[in-house]
Amino acid sequence: MNLNELYQEVILDHGRKPRNFRLLPMATHTAEGHNPLCGDQIHLMLSVRNGTIEEATFDGCGCAISTASASLMTEAIKGQKVEDAEVLFRQFQEAIVANGDTEPLGVLECLIGVKEYPTRVKCATLAWHALRAALESEEKSATISTETGEVIPHA
Amino acid sequence: MTALLDALRDQFPVLDQTVHGKRLVYLDNAATVQRPLPVLHAMDTFYRESNANVHRGVHLLSQRATDQFEAARVTISRFINARFSHEIIFTKGCTEAINLVAHSWGGANLRPGDEVLLSHGEHHANIVPWQLIAERTGAVIRPIPLHDSGELDLEALRAMLSDRVKLVGVKHVCNALGTIHPIEEIVRMAKSVGALVLVDGAQSLANVDVDVQALGVDFYSMSGHKAYGPMGVGALYGREELLNAMPPYQGGGDMIRTVSFEKTTFNDLPNKFEPGTPNVAGVIGLAAALDWVAGLDSASIKAHKQSLLDHATEELNRIEGVKIIGTAAQKAPVVSFVTDFAHPHDLGTIFDQHGVAIRAGHHCCMPLMKRFGVPGTARASFAVYNTNQDIIVLIEALRAAREIFA
Repeated sequence: MNLNELYQEVILDHGRKPRNFRLLPMATHTAEGHNPLCGDQIHLMLSVRNGTIEEATFDGCGCAISTASASLMTEAIKGQKVEDAEVLFRQFQEAIVANGDTEPLGVLECLIGVKEYPTRVKCATLAWHALRAALESEEKSATISTETGEVIPHA
Repeated sequence: MTALLDALRDQFPVLDQTVHGKRLVYLDNAATVQRPLPVLHAMDTFYRESNANVHRGVHLLSQRATDQFEAARVTISRFINARFSHEIIFTKGCTEAINLVAHSWGGANLRPGDEVLLSHGEHHANIVPWQLIAERTGAVIRPIPLHDSGELDLEALRAMLSDRVKLVGVKHVCNALGTIHPIEEIVRMAKSVGALVLVDGAQSLANVDVDVQALGVDFYSMSGHKAYGPMGVGALYGREELLNAMPPYQGGGDMIRTVSFEKTTFNDLPNKFEPGTPNVAGVIGLAAALDWVAGLDSASIKAHKQSLLDHATEELNRIEGVKIIGTAAQKAPVVSFVTDFAHPHDLGTIFDQHGVAIRAGHHCCMPLMKRFGVPGTARASFAVYNTNQDIIVLIEALRAAREIFA
């Protein structure tokens, strides 16, 4: 695998011009995703109504991979049922660690190449862990670390 | 210099390999330096010929191991010009050396309202131990500001000094930016209010001359693996009277004189602070590393490293969108930078594909990164074996990254 396969045009585009990169004042669920090894920080904001994710936005700072992943993820989950977003989280997670065939992921496939770069897998999954933390937490906001994987509800 | 450099590089077998099909260009020396053959040989020989526990057995091998272990202590004490070899306490690294001071000296001496001043640029290893002890003692930690160059703001330090200040902690050489801090001057200022000075010397032994008596420091922590020695070994220098007055940090065998369930009495220096079986091979490897460093032509090595730093700085400044963080007049061969086209982490991956190993991130200096308003930097750090060709490859890799992202 060469660098052009890792840094595909879709990733570069979303890394440079992330979609849904803004605050969401009416958020019902938020989570802070943090990778203490590199300092990447993503603040995910969701507006969930009647079991549907009506809006998904994020801000924070990170590398091209983590920014693109967050951007693509917010696009993918917007308008989805919470259960479907949870399924997508699991499929994405499986695809990025698995060696064999996994469910097709559409545009998100461009992120799967990162599995050839083990030190960067956490960059691609940071936003997704934040998604799971936001949806699972009983509280309005939560924090997730790539190093512990535990969801810590905010006091 | 070229012939000298070739001979020198031959001493580092790990450099002779390719990564991702490219020649390895190892520029992560501030994280850990590679080890030369004499260090590998010294450790191997110890395990092959002398391995036994120290300070315990009456048998020949134990005596031999003890002799080599204590000879290493003398080597290190001479290398930094300590007054006595028992002022050297072996630890598992620089971090443990600082923890020892924070917990033993800090735990016994800090009172509520006492102040510990630490430079804003300290490594987490010289911040967190003090936070832990401050929580227990009620002492207060105050950061000493830095100039935009990365140099310590000495005027600000002067204004912060008072009789509440009990200790000033600063690193000699900044791992993240390369800044060499003026320790003698800091010590003079701290002494004027009776404060002790702890210097984090993690990056020092490979990069600057260290004379603890001339510097006037009270504590000096050292790392083995950043000085061409093995990982898992380091040392603390402490002034004899301070170490004598300090309570033990950890308890165990070898640090005691007598033990009963009613009362235990402790051993003298340095054993009082060295419970348990030490990293004997590591200590012997560290001494071999310092002997190796001492055997180099110090003036030409210094000139070589300065020219690498100058060359890298000049080349990086010529690339549009690159900004060097840390522009102090006195720097170790470390160049930390950010770009307006790629995140340091992405640079690290691209460089790796070119065979170039650098560090990307916050370098365990999160307050320092915040001070400069960056999430992290890309850092190239050089050792004696690096060459101008290495810098050319680094710059090519950076141009390739610019191609991808800009």
